[in-house]
Amino acid sequence: MATHPTENEVRQFVVENFLYGQDDGAIQRDSSFVDNGVIDSTGVLELVAFLEKTYGIKVEDGEITPDNLDSISRVARYIEQKRASRVGGSCAG
Amino acid sequence: MSDERRKGEILRAMIGILRHRGPDDVGFYDDGRAALAHARLSIIDLGGGHQPMCNENGSLWITFNGEIFNYTELRESLIRSGHRFTTRSDTEVILHDYEQKGPDCVNDFNGQWAFAIWDQRRGELFLSRDRLGIRPLFYTADSRRFIFASEIKAILTCPDVRRELDLEALDQLFTFWHSLVPRTMFRNICELPPGHCMTVARERTRVWQYWRPAYPEHFDEIQERDCAERLLELLVDATRLRLRADVPVGAYLSGGLDSAVTTAVVRRFTNTPLRSFSVTFDHSEFDESAYQREVSQFLHTDHQSICCSGRDIGRVFPDAVWFTEKPVIRTAPAPLYVLSGLVREHGYKVVLTGEGADEILGGYDIFKEAKIRRFWGAEPASKRRPLILRKLYPYLQNVQAQPDAYLSAFFRVNPDDLKNPFFSHLPRWNLTSRLKSLFSEETKAALRGYDACDELRHQLPEEFSRWHPFCQAQYLETVYLLPGYILSSQGDRMAMGHSVEGRFPFLDYRVAEFASSIPPRLKMKGLNEKYILKQAAGSLVPASVRQRPKQPYRAPDAASFFVEGGWQPDYVRELLSERRLRESGIFHPGAVRKLVKKAEEGQVIGVKDNMAVVGVLSTQLVHEQFIRRFGRIDGNASN
Repeated sequence: MATHPTENEVRQFVVENFLYGQDDGAIQRDSSFVDNGVIDSTGVLELVAFLEKTYGIKVEDGEITPDNLDSISRVARYIEQKRASRVGGSCAG
Repeated sequence: MSDERRKGEILRAMIGILRHRGPDDVGFYDDGRAALAHARLSIIDLGGGHQPMCNENGSLWITFNGEIFNYTELRESLIRSGHRFTTRSDTEVILHDYEQKGPDCVNDFNGQWAFAIWDQRRGELFLSRDRLGIRPLFYTADSRRFIFASEIKAILTCPDVRRELDLEALDQLFTFWHSLVPRTMFRNICELPPGHCMTVARERTRVWQYWRPAYPEHFDEIQERDCAERLLELLVDATRLRLRADVPVGAYLSGGLDSAVTTAVVRRFTNTPLRSFSVTFDHSEFDESAYQREVSQFLHTDHQSICCSGRDIGRVFPDAVWFTEKPVIRTAPAPLYVLSGLVREHGYKVVLTGEGADEILGGYDIFKEAKIRRFWGAEPASKRRPLILRKLYPYLQNVQAQPDAYLSAFFRVNPDDLKNPFFSHLPRWNLTSRLKSLFSEETKAALRGYDACDELRHQLPEEFSRWHPFCQAQYLETVYLLPGYILSSQGDRMAMGHSVEGRFPFLDYRVAEFASSIPPRLKMKGLNEKYILKQAAGSLVPASVRQRPKQPYRAPDAASFFVEGGWQPDYVRELLSERRLRESGIFHPGAVRKLVKKAEEGQVIGVKDNMAVVGVLSTQLVHEQFIRRFGRIDGNASN
């Protein structure tokens, strides 16, 4: 199955930034960052900064939840929702 | 060169590399079967305590590092039993008590020691280490010989001792922050565990435990006031004994409760004029100077402090690792090395500190964190219980900024974990273990199938599972982290690096044993840590210090090596270079390159990344100073 370009970008950021480039295949698109120890409490804030800078979005405090940000696929879905909300006005999270 | 002459040179080299532990005198003994050497830091009986020392008929010879604080009382009792003394030293007390009782003599001692007694008649060497592991003792052995010393570097000085890293010990250190005794970072070099004795003779070697912390399975009812009074009474006596010295005794003031209590006890119950010492930081996140000043003024001490910048840490870090002889994953030892330098500059060689209180009386955050996680684990569906977690780390900005949903996710309790004997320590060990992703493929391959926690599980006493969870956590801290990191890497080794001896009233075994009998509810009342100590301290210390939230001692980590403005010690760039990383082979050069890039961009802000930078660099320093070459490197050279 072809992966979404956003997922690739997010995966690359996560692997480079949190795994020091050591992607041993443990991070599947639905793997939980928290359960797999990929991300620590500061990591969440780093991820948010990356998303805001790369995608020009504003991540609201209430949106910083595992539901939105705890796997590659969830992050990609969240970004798509945010982009759609800019166009259509619906809310993510 | 004759064998005898060669042996003499080796012995001189061994003691030569340990002169920081004893710059005041040096002595040798060699009868052809056993050879002893001693470097002396003169504290008691300045003129009469030369070592190695023998008994009246020359059949027993001792080399001893440390103090037996109750030597005066033991001496009197031994004299009553007919022993004749020729010095006033505590060393001679050990010899006579050994004559009287053999290895059981150690049960009489209240102190901090590592010693070896050579029994010429029996052809047997007896070695012992204090109950809690304040003083270090290492050894290596093969079929021909047994070599021991206070620091590993003396053993490595022997020409045919191989200098090789123990990768399983490294795995342990990147889990627990220390290796598990008897292992050290070096293959075939062992540490005599705290509370252990050992005999070495031609036919056999025997190692046994004579003491360890033990907790009741059921706690007796005890009145809070009686408990606090008894604790203070013991602390006063422990401190009184630890002021015994023929040189002035100073005190460390961290700004926290424990050192304030020990200093207050000195001030309140003795007439000794008192000088106190502190380290301060130019970064407000770590600095406690306001509290230090307040305690000093309150207790009328003559106070000296030294400010330690990130740059200072970067500069002294190779020295700190030279003395720790193991990697560290925080820079915290380095400022304590700077502080002991200040003590020595002021002509002091003995300091009292508050070390040990957090372990025996339940002060660390890990106890609080475990209590909250267990409370939550009992009601996993609760939305409110995990929110108490925010109270845990008031001094950690990242945790405070964390949204509730994530805070819960990070500390979520898996119901199976509640039955795990290491429940309290799982978050810390899991986080630290993540650093192993930086290991090279070769290191990972060598460690495949190895589980550090399994090795630890096999060391636990049978009754561990029946203890209260709070006591289980205390046991892990007291028996492992305390000697493996706090008392060694932050304590003895940093102080002795500048020829300074630390003394720890909270680690008087009577205080520790009494603390073990105090019910957990009085150690941590609700989430109020060291509650009973606060009750015992009462008005001895300023109310602000008694009431302030616990702030663990921390220092700037990665930023010390990647200082804003581009300053960087040469060794950092060199040891983190691809060439050097390939040469040591421990870490994956590509992974470290990414970590370094992050550090250079000032993006290393989380706990894990900070630990990674310090862990990799210190491991490379251990490799550089003890394996690739053998000697100190200069941290001052910089671009």
